[in-house]
Order: sequence, then C-alpha cells, then structure tokens
Amino acid sequence: MSDHNITLAEDAIERKTTTINLGPTHPATHGVFQNIMELDGERVVSSDQTVGYIHRAFEKLAERRPLYQITPITDRLNYCSSPINNMGWHLTCEKLLGVQTPKRVDYLRVIIMELARIADHLICNSIVGVDAGAFTGFLYVMQYRELIYEIYEEVCGSRLTTNIGRIGGFERNFTNTAFTKLEKFLKEYPVALGELESLLTRNRIFMERTIGGGPISAERALNYGFTGPNLRAAGVDYDVRVHSPYSSYQDFEFDIPVGKTGDNYDRFLVRNQEMWQSMRIIQQAYNKVQEFKGTDAEVYHADVPEYYLPKKEDVYTKMEALIWHFKIIMGEVDMPKGEVYQSVEGGNGELGFYMISDGGRTPFRLHFRRPCFIYYQAYPELVKDSMLSDAILTMSSLNLIAGELDA
Amino acid sequence: MSRPVRYNIHPIEANIADSVTYVDAPDGYGGDGFFTTKLSDVVGLARKNSLWPMPYATSCCGIEFMATAASHYDLSRFGAERMSHSPRQCDLLMVMGTIAKKMGPVLRQVYLQMAEPRWVIAVGACASSGGIFDTYSVLQGIDQVIPVDVYVPGCPPRPEAILDGFMKIQELVGQESIRRRNSDHYKALLNGYGIQ
Amino acid sequence: MAISNEYIQQKLTEKFGDQVFNFEDTYGMLCFEAPKDLNLKVLQYLYDEPSLGFQFLTDLCGVNFPENPNRELAVVYHLHNLVENTRLRFKVFTPVATPDVFTATQLFSSANWMERETYDFFGVNFVGHPNLKRILNVDEMDYFPLRKEYPLEDQTRIDKDDEMFGRG
Repeated sequence: MSDHNITLAEDAIERKTTTINLGPTHPATHGVFQNIMELDGERVVSSDQTVGYIHRAFEKLAERRPLYQITPITDRLNYCSSPINNMGWHLTCEKLLGVQTPKRVDYLRVIIMELARIADHLICNSIVGVDAGAFTGFLYVMQYRELIYEIYEEVCGSRLTTNIGRIGGFERNFTNTAFTKLEKFLKEYPVALGELESLLTRNRIFMERTIGGGPISAERALNYGFTGPNLRAAGVDYDVRVHSPYSSYQDFEFDIPVGKTGDNYDRFLVRNQEMWQSMRIIQQAYNKVQEFKGTDAEVYHADVPEYYLPKKEDVYTKMEALIWHFKIIMGEVDMPKGEVYQSVEGGNGELGFYMISDGGRTPFRLHFRRPCFIYYQAYPELVKDSMLSDAILTMSSLNLIAGELDA
Repeated sequence: MSRPVRYNIHPIEANIADSVTYVDAPDGYGGDGFFTTKLSDVVGLARKNSLWPMPYATSCCGIEFMATAASHYDLSRFGAERMSHSPRQCDLLMVMGTIAKKMGPVLRQVYLQMAEPRWVIAVGACASSGGIFDTYSVLQGIDQVIPVDVYVPGCPPRPEAILDGFMKIQELVGQESIRRRNSDHYKALLNGYGIQ
Repeated sequence: MAISNEYIQQKLTEKFGDQVFNFEDTYGMLCFEAPKDLNLKVLQYLYDEPSLGFQFLTDLCGVNFPENPNRELAVVYHLHNLVENTRLRFKVFTPVATPDVFTATQLFSSANWMERETYDFFGVNFVGHPNLKRILNVDEMDYFPLRKEYPLEDQTRIDKDDEMFGRG
C-alpha cells in the first residue's frame, strides 16, 4: 500500500443499483419471460424471474381427453421438436398398454426424432449466433430447416406441430418421396452445418462473447435438475437415449458429447456436436430401414387393433373398422389401471410423462416433466455478476421454450 | 493451423430489373410533368409498402413467423424489412401464439403504446379464438382486449398463410382513408374496448 | 449394474421399519409411500446412503384423489440414481384440510419451482419453502385449478351457450 491512497469517508461515494425490467415482450428474450434485474452499471447483481405468461393448463386439459386427443397437446410443448414429444407420448401409452412395436417402426421413429433434434438445435445455435451479433448464420441455416419440415410434411402432412404417429407406429408408411427427401437432406445438410461451424466456432468475436458466460459446475447443474445438452455441457454424460434406451436406441452407435465448464460456448459446441451425432444415427437408421425386405419392408405399425386407428378406406367401407375407429376416437377402449413414467431425450433435456390411469377413458392425471421449466430456475445463479448482454446470450443458449416451460 | 476458406469464385451479376418490382400508380389524372390524385391514395400507397411490423410472438406460431421472416419465405419482399421490436415505432402488431390471461394486460399495454395509425393481425387459432385451449388460463381470442383487423387461421398457419394475412393487411392499409382514425365510428370502436 | 428394487426395499425397511409401506413394482419402477412427516428423512436417507445414492430429483408433482378421505392430496417424487441408473417413485399423502408437507428445497435446488407449481395447482403448503407463491397462474387467483372439483373451462365465458352447439 502506497501513501498516495486517498482515504474516503465511509459514505463518500453513493452506490446505487439500477433495476430494469426485461420482458415479458422484450425482443431479446425469445419468448415470454420476465426478468427483473438489478444492475450495478452493466453487471447483473440479482435477477428475479416471473414465468407463466403462456400457461395453457395442459395437465388439466389432458385429464379430459382420450389418449389420441392428447397427442396434439404434446406438439405444443416444445414446438421446435414436436415429433419427439409425440413419440414420447406414444411410447408412454405403449408402455401402459403393453404394446410392442416392430423394429422397422422403431427405426423410422428414430429417423424422425433425430431430424427433430437437429431442427431444435439448429434454431437454438443459430439464435445464439444472432444474439452474439451474427444474423447471417440464422438466415442461412433456416433454409436447411425447411428441408426437415418438408420431410415431416411428406410423412404426416404438417410442418411444425406434427401430430405424427399413432400408438404402435405411424399413420402411413414412408413414401419413396420421403426417403428421397431424406437422402437430399443427408447430402446437403452437413455442408451447411460445416459452414455454420466455420462461421462461429473459431470466430474470435463469438468466442470472446460466449466463453465463460453463464457457467455452471456439474454439481450445481445436477442439483438444479439440468438435463440434456445443458447438463452435458457441464460435463455429465447423462443421456436418456443411452441410459434408458427407448425405440431401439441401443442398436445404434453414437457418442455423447460432453463439455467441461458448462458455459455458453460449451453449450453451443455440445449442440453442434450432437447434430453431427444425430446425422450419424439417421444414416445408420436409414441403412437399417433399407435392409428390410419383402413384407417386412411394408411394416409401419404394430398389430394392435384395439389402439391403432384403422385405415380410413376401411372406416368408410367396413362396419368393424368403423366401430373401432369410433371406439378409439371416443376413448371407449379400456385402459389398464396403473402408473407409468416414460421419458425421452427431448430437444432440451429429459422430457418425462407421468401418467396415472384409473381405467377410465382419459388419464386420471398426466404430468409432463418439462426440462426447461426445471433448469430455468438456475438462471439467476448463471447470470450473477455477468454483463447484461451476456445474460441475454445465456438465456438463448439455454434453449428455453416458453410453451414447454409454462405448459 | 490452416483451415479452408470458402468464397464465391463465380459471382453472378445481379440484374436489378429482375428483382425489383414497381407498384402501380394510383388512379388519377396526369399529363406532362404533373399528376393529380387523392392524398389518401398516395399515403396509403406509401404506408402499405413500408409497414413496420412488431412481432409479438409467444409460442408455436412465432416459430412459423421466424420461418416467414427468414430467407426461404422472406417477408421483406413485402416492404416489411424492418422488424420493430419497439411498439412506439411500428404500425402493425402481429400477435402470434397463445395469449394467456396473465399476458392480456401486457398485450393491451403494447397496443396502447403504438402510435396511430396502427393495425393488428391475429395469427393462428389461439390468438384468434383461444384455439384448442379452452381453459381457465387462456384468453379466448385477443379481440377481447384489442381490436383486430385480420385473422389468420391455422394451428399454426403455414408461412404462406401468414404472408397472405400480411397481404390482406396491405390491402386494408392501402384503401384506408386518412380521415378514418378521426371518425366517430373509429372512436366508438376504441371506446368499445375502453380505450380513449 | 442397476440396484435391484428388492435391495432398495430391504434397506428402507431396515431403516424405517413399517413407516414405509405400499411397495409396488410399476412397470419396472419401484414405488412406495411414507407418512408425510417423514418425507424429508426418507429423501435424505436415499440421498446420503452410499449404496443407494438417489441424488437427482427428476420430477416432483401433485395428484388429487378426491375419493380418498384424509389422503386427498399426494406429492409424488421421482428420484434417479444417475450412477447406477435406477429410478424410483416416492409418494406422500396429505389431507386436503391440512396440506402441509416439508419442503425438499434444502436438498434439491430444483425442487423450488416444482413445489411452487404444486402449490399453484393443488394448494400443497410446503413448510419451509423460501418463496412459496403462485408461479404459473396470476397471483389474484383464489382457487387451486388442478384439484378435481374445479372445472377446466373458464366459467366467465358468455359466448359459449348451448344454442351455439345446437342444444338450446
């Protein structure tokens, strides 16, 4: 200590913090989140979150609906990767009803789910780029998300909220056009992803913006109930696809990318790497689907007439099919009593379905374990002492989906 | 460490004549060096081709709007290049997604902050009518709190449908009389929503 | 690899005797019950005991059983041992008149919002919770919407009369 220090009286400098309100319609929040932040200059001292701005009472709604009518609700959970939610819901029903799906159905499901994962991660990562100031990447890769949507359209007729599949399989077989589009995607997408990576991954501006922003340790992440890419970025190799394989994920070879520090950059890298792994899985699944020959190559649903909707032509022409159609749609088919928990690896973490059935026509209680609802509560801890602009980046790199968060 | 650099080695010369569209002049009487028409038409022409939308995206429809605004569908072609996220500088409020009751007052606040003339488009079933969510927490259509000009059906609507809704708005904007916002009819409409 | 359900049941019975009961195997997942005063002790034991190590709270939610007198509300915990990859489900029941359950926020930070959600939906009062207020619904709401006695639809709607549905 030198002698030149000026000694100030205790209260000589007035310290003041500013309180600002971010959201619920702030352009930088990508969804309806409200954050009331206390700032010291540009640094976040504390933040308080309000959620529920798009609460739609999914769980209450599900108590009034037969199984098939719940599928459209699950679409609207994480709408960036609806097919994963649909499949997760169908897997839950299949677990409760004891339906075994054929291998070809499993592989087709895997193709669709991994496409959905790519679409989800692609939005998240390109938006991280936008928030760091690189709008070009977003505009560029959105073209390739359209390729995924075209495949969905070919399979189920719809783009975003897909309502894809049935209990026991798919509503129709994949057409040749669908496979052609899939091949086109497999060929063109790696180039685009490579370019997105070369735009951002080693870009100095991007690195300096993201490295060290919003870090979390593995212990805290686990305690906060993180799952999915955000947990893996913190260094925990937990992946539902590997730990509790569903839909024959055990037949595929892929790696789980893990990060180290759990900061924004690691989250970005993990998602990027997962997209490459998803490409690997899709390629393997596509090869496996091609191997089916003869009648096996036509299988697209399990043989469960009690739960699988009959073909539309038959409904119009055959009495029995009409009766089944009616019974299934109106929920008049008996459901076994029981409690079942099934989880799938959703776009942003472990998406769980906890269903209690009392044997009635609708679930007695259905609870969705929504990953981002659970990990968003760590946000004040993540952004404490970081810059306000980094707090925005942290929010987008967490991949928060308002519809899923508020259910 | 070297890495490959990609750049465009065969640039294509842009032909401006192909990529720029001109709007037709409004009806009027013209001759050498002069043109007369109604002021309303000129103002409408200018307004409709330079709308500043404020995307009020809450859920799924917002993702389709992202697709609409991105390169593939490109909303900018309609003169809406600049998304304004600040309500005070924009003239078109695009409400996309479910509006919960908790959100209702916020939406109304945003509408009140916009300057006249302002238009509202309700994109998707939820914003138009509450959609499939007939529940205790969801506002059954935004027209319960603010007046709406165009409804776009769909859950979510395809980008083409959103573009169609946008073109309908352009039609409305182009034909609107400049006196409409001062008319008694319009004041009565706002009063119906409790807006002075 | 995975811990067997029998082993978990045996360890729990050793520690808590007949205070833990209703052991069930539901689709491969062990499910059991404890009195609501013991919920923290059971969670803590499952967390600390080295051979169990259920240190990840997957899910916490409420359920309303209006037919069960004095057991109207349930709080369901889904726990996961990530190392051994074993899951279990643990329930406590509480009467709707005194819906007080101890909070698990000291053990799991993730329980914070999930308990607030359960309070918001079912009115379970988590004793010791740092910030127990509504999370998804508006603060002014004066009932707990997911309880079975409350209707799903908005009761103030006037445009949905029977006439519109051909029943008038």
